[in-house]
Amino acid sequence: MSATTASSTTAPTVRGAGDALEPTRRGHGPRSSPLSRVAFTVLLVVLTAVFVGPLLWMFLTSFKTPDGATSIPPSLFPSPATADGYRPLLDTSSQTPVIRWFLNSLLAGVANSVIVTATAALAAYALARLDFPGKRVVFGVIIATLFVPGFVFLIPNYLIVNSLGWLDTLWAVILPSAGGAFGVFFLRQFFSSLPMELEEAAEIDGANRWQTFIRVVLPLSKPGISTLLVLSFLTNYNDFLWPVFVLFSPSTLTLPAGLSILQGAFTINYPVVMAGAVIASVPAIVLFILAQRNIVEGVARSGLKG
Amino acid sequence: MAVTAETQVGPAAVPPVAARPRSRSTRAGGRRSRPLTAYLFLAPYLVLFGAFIIAPAVYGIWISLHDYDFVLPYKPWVGLANYVSLFTPGSRDFGDFWQSMGATGIFTGLSVPCLVVLPLGVAVLLNRKFPGRTFFRAVFFLPYVLGVAVIGLLFRYILDPNVGVVNYFLGSNVPWTTDLPWVWVSLVGMTVWWTLGFNATIYLAGLTDIPRELYEAAEMDGASRSQQFFNVTLPGLRPVLVFVITTTILASANMFGQQLLLTKGAPGTSTRTAIGYIATEGLSSFRMGAASAMSYVLAIFLLLISLISFRVFRERQDQS
Repeated sequence: MSATTASSTTAPTVRGAGDALEPTRRGHGPRSSPLSRVAFTVLLVVLTAVFVGPLLWMFLTSFKTPDGATSIPPSLFPSPATADGYRPLLDTSSQTPVIRWFLNSLLAGVANSVIVTATAALAAYALARLDFPGKRVVFGVIIATLFVPGFVFLIPNYLIVNSLGWLDTLWAVILPSAGGAFGVFFLRQFFSSLPMELEEAAEIDGANRWQTFIRVVLPLSKPGISTLLVLSFLTNYNDFLWPVFVLFSPSTLTLPAGLSILQGAFTINYPVVMAGAVIASVPAIVLFILAQRNIVEGVARSGLKG
Repeated sequence: MAVTAETQVGPAAVPPVAARPRSRSTRAGGRRSRPLTAYLFLAPYLVLFGAFIIAPAVYGIWISLHDYDFVLPYKPWVGLANYVSLFTPGSRDFGDFWQSMGATGIFTGLSVPCLVVLPLGVAVLLNRKFPGRTFFRAVFFLPYVLGVAVIGLLFRYILDPNVGVVNYFLGSNVPWTTDLPWVWVSLVGMTVWWTLGFNATIYLAGLTDIPRELYEAAEMDGASRSQQFFNVTLPGLRPVLVFVITTTILASANMFGQQLLLTKGAPGTSTRTAIGYIATEGLSSFRMGAASAMSYVLAIFLLLISLISFRVFRERQDQS
């Protein structure tokens, strides 16, 4: 994995947990003995094995035969290696068309993250830079909802989505979660941290609010915008509780909901189940490698005074 | 990653920061813009916010005051009866609901200490300077970007009592997914494996805020590594620590996916969590009035816990 290269660029502008971190102390001080260095290395290797092992096992199992996946003692590498585990997943007419769920998940995730980011950016700009009557109330109410746990909306939103005629359609997993306040909160912080001078200069040049937003604020906010896109995609892509209950037809499921059905349908056929898990993991892992810095910084800043 | 209703605290975990009033010159920012402009900027988001956050918040209360069955045409007003029955021993939901609350409590009580302490150890380890540090940080965070569904399927396989590798390596015959107390060990272990990197990342960010001079001063005074940890690192991490504890409690209280995929609530219903019970009663049995009332009771519980943590946090802030 080239995750290392993805974040070995120059120092970021925000404090994050990228590798532009200053170590808090000199790595091995004068008092670090060879013994402690060995212990450190051993510990690191063992921990890495614990974290990578299961994922590697999942990947290797997906290429085994059902018997090979349950043999005692277990064999690490598939012999014979076969792609049979992936075959039932590619059949779109079956009860478990994983490939179709995969496309549904990608479509829903992309649509949701674009809608979240676009609407949040517009609203966040108004809250960060414009004055209007009722501003404090609007912002206060939006922020207050951050403290309400998501499951409170589960049942009423099910009925709202039902009355809109969206049950068992992708709209149910695209739009309702776009009402969440996190994006607005996140981007408002970001816009507020930008220097005002450029926006003032644009105004003096005769740009209206919309032009200032599009031509000045958005280009300056690329890091914040891309972080929100990535985070909201991953959230939507991995969401489980909601899609399990609002999607039911084999053709409309997203991956998380579908995988629990796959598990029931192929209880002891582990290569098929693992193949489904591998397919579901690919987009998340690729995105993580590409946008590691965004993801890690978004997470790190959530725990700090952003 | 907006907070999902699993044991996952995303960045939507609310940062413990109050919005600071912006100081800005009177000349700047919107003196020349009409309110209409601002409302137009806000409109698209407010439509979604109103439809899927504000409306359901109010609607949910209304539902909880009715004997609301999705499939029955008549949904009579019952006032607080749904709430009263949750606190009435012998009522239809009393036993099951409080058992599920108990399961959520057990899971939270077991997982939070692990998810507060272990990631801190990993963060301190990864805060050293060594080649490939960024790569290792990525490795520990990787499971977190996979959803609960993938993690659930994977652990169901490796914890399988008969063919799973865990029992093979341990040379044991433990019923990891079917029997007490092992199911709790499995659920907590799987959740720790899945989300450890998340908290470790937050700790790592906090560790960078501790001034290096403090360590140098401690070293000059002859403090050992462990003394430095307890006298410099821990006090320096205090605000981050309280934030992590609070968000982890809330995330663990939201546990649902793990028990659905790994244990199916087994044995019996002893690992069915509060969210599991609310979701099945409300969205499978369609007893929405009762389930809505349950979700408000659970929400109030969590709100109290958050307030307590927050107060602790504020006090700690004042001390430091």
